[in-house]
Amino acid sequence: MQELEKILDEALKQFAAIEQAAELEQVKARYLGKEGRLTVLLKGLGKLSAEERPAAGVRINQVKQGIESALQQRREALQYSQLQLKLKAEALDVTLPGRGLGCGGLHPVTRTLERIESLFHSLGFTVASGPEIESDFYNFTALNIPENHPARAMHDTFYVDQKHVLRTHTSPVQIRYMENNAPPLKIIAPGRVYRCDSDVTHSPMFHQVEGLWIDEDVNFSMLKGVLSNFMQCFFERDDLQVRFRPSFFPFTEPSAEMDIQCVQCNGKGCRVCSHTGWLEVLGSGMVHPNVLKHVNIDSEKYLGFAFGLGVERLAMLRYSVADLRLFYEGDLQFLKQFN
Amino acid sequence: MKFSENWLRSWINPELSSHELAHALTMAGLEVEALESVAPAFNNVVVAEVLEVIKHPNADRLNVCQVNVGEAAPLNIVCGAPNVAVGMKVPCARIGAVLPGDFVIKQAMVRNVDSFGMLCSAKELGLAEESQGLWLLPEDAPVGAGLREYLELDDMLFTLKLTPNRSDCLSMAGVAREVAAIAGGTLNALQVYPVQSSLTETLAVNIDAPEACRLYCGRIVRGMNSAAATPSWMMRRLERGGLRSINAVVDITNYVMLELGQPLHAFDLAKLAGGIAVRYARSGEELALLNGQSVTLQDDMLVVADDTRLLALAGIMGGAASSVETATRDVFLESAFFVPDAIVGKARRLTISTDSSYRFERGVDFAATRMALERATQLLLEICGGQAGAINEVHGKLPARDAILLRTSRVKRVLGIVLDAIQITALLQRLQFKFEQQGDDFHVTPPSYRFDISLEVDLIEEIARIAGYDNIPAQPPQTAALMVLQTETQRPVSRLRQLMVARDYQETISYAFLDAEVERDLCANTTPVTLKNPISSQLAVMRSSLLGGLIGALRINFARKQSRVRLFETGVCFTGESYAQRERFAGLCYGTQFPEQWGETARSVDFYDVKADIEALFAPALLSFLASPHPASHPGRSAQIFLHGQMVGWVGELHPKWLQQYGISQIVVWFEVELDALISADVPHASEISKFPPVRRDLAVVVDESVTAQSLLDAMLGSNTSYVAELALFDLYRGKGVGDGKKSLAFRVLLQDTQKTLIDSEIELSIARLVAVLQQHGAQLRI
Repeated sequence: MQELEKILDEALKQFAAIEQAAELEQVKARYLGKEGRLTVLLKGLGKLSAEERPAAGVRINQVKQGIESALQQRREALQYSQLQLKLKAEALDVTLPGRGLGCGGLHPVTRTLERIESLFHSLGFTVASGPEIESDFYNFTALNIPENHPARAMHDTFYVDQKHVLRTHTSPVQIRYMENNAPPLKIIAPGRVYRCDSDVTHSPMFHQVEGLWIDEDVNFSMLKGVLSNFMQCFFERDDLQVRFRPSFFPFTEPSAEMDIQCVQCNGKGCRVCSHTGWLEVLGSGMVHPNVLKHVNIDSEKYLGFAFGLGVERLAMLRYSVADLRLFYEGDLQFLKQFN
Repeated sequence: MKFSENWLRSWINPELSSHELAHALTMAGLEVEALESVAPAFNNVVVAEVLEVIKHPNADRLNVCQVNVGEAAPLNIVCGAPNVAVGMKVPCARIGAVLPGDFVIKQAMVRNVDSFGMLCSAKELGLAEESQGLWLLPEDAPVGAGLREYLELDDMLFTLKLTPNRSDCLSMAGVAREVAAIAGGTLNALQVYPVQSSLTETLAVNIDAPEACRLYCGRIVRGMNSAAATPSWMMRRLERGGLRSINAVVDITNYVMLELGQPLHAFDLAKLAGGIAVRYARSGEELALLNGQSVTLQDDMLVVADDTRLLALAGIMGGAASSVETATRDVFLESAFFVPDAIVGKARRLTISTDSSYRFERGVDFAATRMALERATQLLLEICGGQAGAINEVHGKLPARDAILLRTSRVKRVLGIVLDAIQITALLQRLQFKFEQQGDDFHVTPPSYRFDISLEVDLIEEIARIAGYDNIPAQPPQTAALMVLQTETQRPVSRLRQLMVARDYQETISYAFLDAEVERDLCANTTPVTLKNPISSQLAVMRSSLLGGLIGALRINFARKQSRVRLFETGVCFTGESYAQRERFAGLCYGTQFPEQWGETARSVDFYDVKADIEALFAPALLSFLASPHPASHPGRSAQIFLHGQMVGWVGELHPKWLQQYGISQIVVWFEVELDALISADVPHASEISKFPPVRRDLAVVVDESVTAQSLLDAMLGSNTSYVAELALFDLYRGKGVGDGKKSLAFRVLLQDTQKTLIDSEIELSIARLVAVLQQHGAQLRI
């Protein structure tokens, strides 16, 4: 029986020393194989007397189980460490950059336009559009700007021919929309406009968003409400101060210019606001009865307000762009800042 | 409109500081564009007379002066100015004076000579950018008087940015009237009394254009001294109003224009022949103007003429030949009312702009025409002497001033606030509008100086303006809450943009006008829509394609050393005589397909990369591509894009000759499609899906190079073979085993039925049919 203890002891020691799974199986055969030491002992049981045999059998089986379980443990341990080695070998440098295409981005003017559209959309405005080469009639006459009116001189118009211009504002869309749709109406018309003027603060092409709301109960107080709300949402500032000043546009009466508190200096006065604390951002007013007359809308029954805002101006303020011309150069270094 | 605050305050003096007044004007619609001091801060500077100039004993360039500052003893002052001379009147900074730049004047020892002050140049007082020596004051400047008081330097300059409707504020009288309405206070209106005429002589005036010239007042003044000096107060107000002094007579007419808003003209009587006629020019008539310019007139331009020649472009500018000079002794003074329509646009057409045309175009108060003439005569007699003749006033029909109905109820509807009849009455009174009240209605007669008031809303604006826009609360709209429909049959452009962004394209926006050469080269467009008045020749024609703009942006980035450029743009393109305007969507790629990175081998972008982007844009709709040459593209690498049989755009690799011309080193692939085609979408409609497994068969065929993959796919799809659920090309091979001029194409065929698992005979039947179709198209099955 001492031999059994010895066998178990040797087996455990040998298993523990083995580092390869295949070797473990070979060593296993030395104990449990056909010619294995335990197998031999088990075979030898027959030679024992009937009295001795059960106890010896139990004893040998105990040792056999001990060897098998040690074997299993060792197998698992080897598998485990082998897996660990494999995993370790497979480890990645997770800091290497991801593979494939990068990501582009929207133009800051588009980004601004989409924001403006979504804000007005939330108030039920739909988007309308019109041609960029516009007839003299829609660009001026229908908007109560007759030929030779001094207001035409304010527009620096590009002419395509005697009767056609590059639209100087998005306001003609108002007329086209009112011609084809009956009130109540609630639209914005974003788009490109053109003025024959080019320097640091003027681009010959820029973007405007026109707005128009015609209904029976639209009034100036509402105009103030909607536009103040818009500016506060656009700049994400509930406390943004705004003011409305009387102004003149031939197609609105009363007309108002809207200023917002300078968003750079919070109204203290800086270079951006020419030290006035205020920024002129938008022109607006109640739609002129003559304009409604042109499109056969009864100005006694319906009232409306309209506004036009400069998109680049808002984009420059929102994203701190100092030079208007950068918008149209297409320089990726500039454009990628808005991704 | 620029004016001196002191002058304004002599008309009306509200209890507001300069800045408060400026704010009040701005908030009433008369935007104060600039408010600046006439002179920077300095003190203790007086008018002084130089009594004696002696060379400094110890310095060549210095003088020691005895200076009278109005005190018993003259001051000893060392002066380095080269122009110092005995008898001159100059500004003198006394000891203790603080000059601009915090420069304090102290008693000083200059090379061993005591100096008790400093004689000043205009620059040293901050009144000029540069000065040549001491500032010479007029001979009659009162010695000892404070310079600030003497020259009225404690004054502010207001610059108003007037809107074109407010011509009534193009004068001191008008601004003062406006301030009275805005800020209240008593208006010290100018009292003008008729001048006693001592001559009976008049000049005949004949108005041949009565609808254009509604009122003409003229008078002769004889025996004046045109060389008389313009008084300093007048000169100051002119200067601060932005006008240069010319001579006394012209200065007086200009002054009255600034004062009352009425442009006046003085003709040299000796240079006139016969009477005055106001008529339209005959086409081609010429006139040499006061400013030296010669103009050829058109028959809608109004002129003033005598019996023999043209004298002036009415309301715009006088002629050189009849102009007043210092030798002029007798003048004919004109004060007229020309209607805006007769003047507007004419000066602009002749590329001139004058203070006179600016006012007449916008409207001049026709009730003040005669008064202005009286005022000018009065000043003329005071300053230049002489005797005035009687006024010859010829008038036609003056503009009607019909009363306008103003309803209290309408005020509320338009403004959204309640103003009662009492409040409206008070506001109309502040505006000095004449009105009659009937219950809650008012009948308001617009004043002769307001050309912008003809409708009820015009009055409502006036009421709102004077009540203050700030006093109208901002109210959120109360309106029926209705949803806004966005149709599913159109994809928003924003989603297409996002798709491009996700595929690594950067959006650009280019000018819609470009160089005619670009249109010609890239689009073979020799008849582009052309601007009559472009900013420059590089921006002279309207684009017929977005490609030119994209190439422009590429070139900028190429010049700035960007090695990989992927751009897209949406915008309107213009073509044809009727100016067709179509919105397009375009993209361009240059450089490697992937940004340079460790995990991908660098390879240049090619046709098929961009084709995939286009297919993704249109997905799920299927496109087909037809090889077709485009002027911008490589002839063998250019295709038209078709959607549902309609040509919707182009894709191609830029032609090597353009690459060379633009100095671009690697290939550029571009595309452009119609936006309409891109945004139209079908609402999805689900069909039954199969629970049975698909069977895959691959078909590899060898064809001539000239056979396109698309033609084989189309043929197979067109055969309507049973059970074909998917058909796609998955491999292309050229080379060994295929033969020269041939290629091998491998197609994946998925066969599936929604009702059953396919049996071998069904599968083989379908495949055999596809093989037959392929063979009909010259394909050999590859084994």
